[in-house]
Amino acid sequence: MAEIKLIINEKEHTVDVEPQMPLLWVIRDFANLTGTKFGCGMSQCGACTVHLDGKPIRSCTFPVVAVQKQKITTIEGIAMDNSHPVQKAWIEEQVPQCGYCQSGQIMSAIALLEKNQNPTDEDIDTAMAGNLCRCGTYGRVRKAIKKAAEAMRNNPAYQKSKASGDSGNK
Amino acid sequence: METKNKYKNKQSVEKSPNAISRRFFLKTAGAGSALLAIGFQTLGGELMKFKPTEFNPHPLVLLDAEGKITIMAHKQEIGQGVYQSLPTIIAEEMNFSSLDQINIKLANTATKYGDQSVGGSYSVRGYYTDLRKIGAGVREMLEKAAANRWKTTPENCYAEDGKVFLKSDKSKFLSFKELAEEASKLEVPKEPKLKDAKDFKLIGKSLLRPDIPLKTNGSAIFGIDFKVEGMLYASVEHCPVYRGKVKSVDDRRAKNVKGVKAVVQVERNLFKNSFFGVAVVAENYYAATEGRKQLKIEWDTAGYDQISTENNLKQFKALAKTEGTVYEKIGDFDATFNNAPTKLEAEYETSFAAHVPLEPMNCIAHVKEGECEIWVSTQVPSDVRETVAKMLGLDVEKVKVNLSFVGGGFGRRLTADYVTEAVNISKQVKAPVKLIWTREDDISQSPLRPATYSILQGALDKNGKAIAIHHKVVAPSIGFENFGGKVGEEFDKGALEGFDKSAYSIPNQKVSGVYFKTDIPLIWWRAVYSTTTAFAHESFIDEMAVKAGKDPLQFRIDLIEKDERMKKMLIFLGGKAEWSKALPPNWGKGVAWWQFFAGQAGHVVYVSKQKDNTIKIEKVVVAIDCGTAVNPDNIKAQVEGGTVMGLREAVANEITFKGGKVEQGNFNNYKLLRMNEVPPIEVYIVPNSEVPHGVGEPGLPPVAPALANAIFNLTGKRIRKIPFKLEG
Repeated sequence: MAEIKLIINEKEHTVDVEPQMPLLWVIRDFANLTGTKFGCGMSQCGACTVHLDGKPIRSCTFPVVAVQKQKITTIEGIAMDNSHPVQKAWIEEQVPQCGYCQSGQIMSAIALLEKNQNPTDEDIDTAMAGNLCRCGTYGRVRKAIKKAAEAMRNNPAYQKSKASGDSGNK
Repeated sequence: METKNKYKNKQSVEKSPNAISRRFFLKTAGAGSALLAIGFQTLGGELMKFKPTEFNPHPLVLLDAEGKITIMAHKQEIGQGVYQSLPTIIAEEMNFSSLDQINIKLANTATKYGDQSVGGSYSVRGYYTDLRKIGAGVREMLEKAAANRWKTTPENCYAEDGKVFLKSDKSKFLSFKELAEEASKLEVPKEPKLKDAKDFKLIGKSLLRPDIPLKTNGSAIFGIDFKVEGMLYASVEHCPVYRGKVKSVDDRRAKNVKGVKAVVQVERNLFKNSFFGVAVVAENYYAATEGRKQLKIEWDTAGYDQISTENNLKQFKALAKTEGTVYEKIGDFDATFNNAPTKLEAEYETSFAAHVPLEPMNCIAHVKEGECEIWVSTQVPSDVRETVAKMLGLDVEKVKVNLSFVGGGFGRRLTADYVTEAVNISKQVKAPVKLIWTREDDISQSPLRPATYSILQGALDKNGKAIAIHHKVVAPSIGFENFGGKVGEEFDKGALEGFDKSAYSIPNQKVSGVYFKTDIPLIWWRAVYSTTTAFAHESFIDEMAVKAGKDPLQFRIDLIEKDERMKKMLIFLGGKAEWSKALPPNWGKGVAWWQFFAGQAGHVVYVSKQKDNTIKIEKVVVAIDCGTAVNPDNIKAQVEGGTVMGLREAVANEITFKGGKVEQGNFNNYKLLRMNEVPPIEVYIVPNSEVPHGVGEPGLPPVAPALANAIFNLTGKRIRKIPFKLEG
């Protein structure tokens, strides 16, 4: 076991776990943030997607020891009041059905829109290729990303965050 | 679509069924039971049909001391939207114009709610009228209470948005809160008057789903998210060969893994069948999975290692040559077929398929002295409760089942098998245990959708009119393999759904079936047998249309002579899909439709040939006739989802077997469609004010045949097996 310090959603957590334990289980069972989901355990489905310094990673295969001083952002760190443009678009387009994969979908979409606020269909295909949805919400995910992109283009707050590489904790 | 939205940040979950009954505004037991009887006198029969449970009073509508109105979401939310649609039906009859004042609460398992299971696209279609009666009964009692207060008749009062107004003087009103106590003393109306559909304010509107904001900020609680004090974690090494048993276990290395607490042998019960494995129980899930890797197990797989895809196909083909049993007969198929000028014959093959909901199977079980508590994502709460009670020899009231949102069902969660496994582990280690299946466990161990094999024969007269059809299906039996049956003599008639009572007015018809015995575990899959037999049937109808030299859509419409509703749906589909419009170069189009227990829908698929000879699905257009559309946008979402699931089964890989084992294990080799593989899907709802039909399943069966028919239209190659490759 090893004592590991993590910064999750701007809050420090100290956990005493096996260094090889996937970050996913640390987030879920030690930091008690259950919005990040387990779907496959081999980086195939993206339900476990979180941001490491703003970049999307699959936490189910990411050993906790590999997290150095990077900031971890989970779905709970986006906006609990659903005020992020991606969350708003997700609600307006009524994207989720069962909802289990949607934290991961949203985290991938935010990572895309932080880099590119005018994504083409191909950009969306590429950015979202790692996120599976068994309910088949893909068409609505695409629409919501376009809607959120427009909102972010028109909102100076997100222009700034793009320039500074902020992970989008608005 | 309504844009106003409440951001609820907390999932409202019932803490304990008992706490609710205390707050139930109809405090006197007599009035309470009688009120509920509004629903349940009529509801009972239908409830019993699906899954028999004890009938008890069922408080769905609650008004607390603060005047807050709660409507219980007593059916499991698996993504299909019942968390909103069922309470909406009650709220409509209580005459609310929005759900803003309504607190929707996820119910826990309790006998008083009757059957809480979800399956068969049944929740709205099965409970629509009864839920309306419950809402209308509550409304009439509140109106009567106001009338008494004002010393007038109920006809002079009307309820609206949580208040009762005096018709002659609208400035006079009393809130539901002020009327609750008085209403609770009133007699329950036997036949409350239902609203006229033209006065609906909620039904028919695309209201935003209240569960969605919980699913966009991570606060929605699914079964896998529950945590219990003192809980251990378990991962089970299952016998890779179905039904194999443990011969010996060397668990020394596993027990040396830090955090591992125990290693126990465990049985899992899928209805009448048992499956075996070895559970590693640990302080955390990672330790459990690490310990599991260190197990050395010798399995006894004798008798079960012969299952293979190759053997299945041989068996299907051999059985297809047998006569089988004839279940439906119209006219004289044999004579007509033998003497017909034009005859067609074809065989269609389909595959086993896994449900793979994104939330893997999981369950927390805590077996205590004389009682048991469960936390689980399930489609069958009542069944979970009864199964656990039975296996532990407890009264059902001693089993508490805590519910949550469910990360997908599709039929997989219609069994409590993984719950029995968790209970068996908890019982042995005497602690609360959270069992989580890996994705590999899910794909290699879960019961599957059965493959079927169809033989079709058809005949046309000299004018190209279809005059005879015979569909013989060779099918495993979900019913017999799980519950027993007259094996070898009978056949599971479920496999005939959709074509045993076809809307096609072909004058000479024969429907027959042959039973395929298998040890592969089976369970209902979204749209069940229809997902395979519709492919065979509607592809063959297309073959007949082509042979007749007729337009495939018009050929179908002309064949429906009596069922005006279905004829209308196909005409509507053709219009929305612009079927008669000329196609761009290198495009093809195909159509198929299906009517079965869950409802009916039709698909038109457009495809194009790419430069590299692959086929691209350009667009899918769907028409569904589900009667009254309770929440149109949600219906569209369901049909979009069904279409994606149907497409996956048409073009992605199948579950295959070798040596009694499933050859796939995770999403790397059991592929789901990804973003770039899903075409635009347009869904249109046929305007219809009849009672609701199902929406969860009808969007699925026509997809594969419509796509295969489109590919034929483009390439001239007839596809007779699903899955198939998108190649020219």
